[in-house]
Amino acid sequence: MKKFAVIAMLMVAVFVTGCAGQSDSESSIHVFNWGNYINPDVVQMFEEEYGITVIYSTFESNESMYTTIAMGGNVYDVLFPSDYMIYRMIQEELLRPINFDNVPNISHVSERFMGLEFDPQNRYSAPYKWGTLGILYNTTMVNSVIDSWEALWNPDYANLIFMYNSERDSMAVALKLLGYSLNSTNEDEINRARDLLIEQRPLVRAYVTDVVKDLMIAGEAALAVVYSGDAVFTMMHNPDLNYVIPREGSNLWVDAMVVPHNANNPEGAEAFINFMLRPEIAAMNTNFIGYTTANATALEMGLIDPALMEMPGFDITDEEYRRLEVFIDLGEFRDVYTRAFTTVLGS
Amino acid sequence: MRLRKTYLALILMFLYAPIFILMLQSFNASRTMGAWGGFSLHWYAALFQDRNIAQALYNTVTIGLLSATIAAVIGTLAAVGINNMRKGAKKIVLGLSSIPVANPDIVTGVSLLILYLSVFRLVGAGRLGYMTLLLAHIAFNIPYVILSVLPRFKHMNKHLYEAALDLGASPRYAFLKVVVPQLMPGIVTGWVLAFTLSVDDFMVSFFTTGAGVSNLSLIIFSMARTGVNPMINALSTLMFVFVMVLLFIINMRDSIKLKKLGG
Repeated sequence: MKKFAVIAMLMVAVFVTGCAGQSDSESSIHVFNWGNYINPDVVQMFEEEYGITVIYSTFESNESMYTTIAMGGNVYDVLFPSDYMIYRMIQEELLRPINFDNVPNISHVSERFMGLEFDPQNRYSAPYKWGTLGILYNTTMVNSVIDSWEALWNPDYANLIFMYNSERDSMAVALKLLGYSLNSTNEDEINRARDLLIEQRPLVRAYVTDVVKDLMIAGEAALAVVYSGDAVFTMMHNPDLNYVIPREGSNLWVDAMVVPHNANNPEGAEAFINFMLRPEIAAMNTNFIGYTTANATALEMGLIDPALMEMPGFDITDEEYRRLEVFIDLGEFRDVYTRAFTTVLGS
Repeated sequence: MRLRKTYLALILMFLYAPIFILMLQSFNASRTMGAWGGFSLHWYAALFQDRNIAQALYNTVTIGLLSATIAAVIGTLAAVGINNMRKGAKKIVLGLSSIPVANPDIVTGVSLLILYLSVFRLVGAGRLGYMTLLLAHIAFNIPYVILSVLPRFKHMNKHLYEAALDLGASPRYAFLKVVVPQLMPGIVTGWVLAFTLSVDDFMVSFFTTGAGVSNLSLIIFSMARTGVNPMINALSTLMFVFVMVLLFIINMRDSIKLKKLGG
């Protein structure tokens, strides 16, 4: 029995030393970002300039990233969550305030994306990319001006409509059409939005996510609810497509860089964030991904690919900006949305 | 006869059409599947320059090889042990070791994660990464090896081992030279199964990996938001061709051997 205990101890020891993994020297940072959401050259440039190795991982949704961080057992230095998730992580004390003395390039970020509801004093986050939710439509397949969410309820387009299979985004469409806030916590309003989506259901070809881009490029449908970043991508490939932010208003989303509370190398993280906020670097990322940068200087200096700049929805006017609303994490009330949306999908 | 041929053709089409479309798309110059942008090797060039994908491929292959090999050793030894048990105990242990096979991956993943985290807390050190991922893959591979090795005992003459001992072989020598060769087909099947499962796995890997360590399924899934990069089509094509060539060589060898035996 003693022999067994010794072997067990040895195994645990080997396991733990094995799990200690790479040395946590000052000269590395762990970055956790969306898949395909950075220009790989940028990472290499940062490594060469600062002598800091970037250990890079990717996630596919805010929720899975959140689980990874909240569960623990992992150490990351820079994360790229979206607005509502930043709010939630601040509430749960999972983030660490950024020392902006080390991030002077924050001055390049457009005023539009500073001090938004999810981080009112901008203590935790440095905006990276942003976009809107709107309607992508095929100009050869519509017979009227598309400028309202109402188009998605027009029986002329029966079976030519793709909705976005995401709870908050789809509910936002109906809530906005009804004139409510897309962060509504009034059950009556949610129920009315739900009924509106159920009423629309027979006209909808399908609730889809990523494939919507290929389908719209192939001319499969007249209308689709998409994010502006995806809209820009599709419009680059099919000149018949156009994008509009409906007049009732819509969602503005912002992905920002944050430092988790247990970061190993916060100075390295801040150096990385500052590097990413350089106008030339921001432009490299934007030209590579196609999503719009929050970096105002990069836009003004003409560093962005002109083909992108002229795409509808790539940038917005002040008037459009005023119609937009960011998502707030709704806490427990999330369940009401989930139930409503499940009913819609099941109808 | 015609019906049979049509049926066969249909089955083959269902099996291979998706792969051929994917292979075709890997040569599409356009980034989107919605439009044909002309023939191009662009995605292959991009693939070889992408260090994250290269790293993920490396992790997938090494974890697959290591976990399958280690699981084959542990699983074979376990099968020998189980085979020598009394009937009642044998049933119980066999049942216990088959449960992980039926268990949903997500349960395996989450419970391994909780186990790791509590060990880390207990000893006050450690983090998720390559090691935890490897251990998880070994863990879920072992039952498959046991299940593919055990049936081999039925075809085995257990007196052969005793005969070897009588003829002066040490137990270890007899085990390695008499028992293992007879179990070999089962071990190989178990190894191949384990390797495939490891390469395929997403769910368990998702929970048990850590910063900077991804395998192919994790990295492909993480592209969900911006769209799966066409580089993945190129990579899948290369993997498919690699497996085809491998199978071809193995079959060739087998038929050559058969011919030799026949001659």
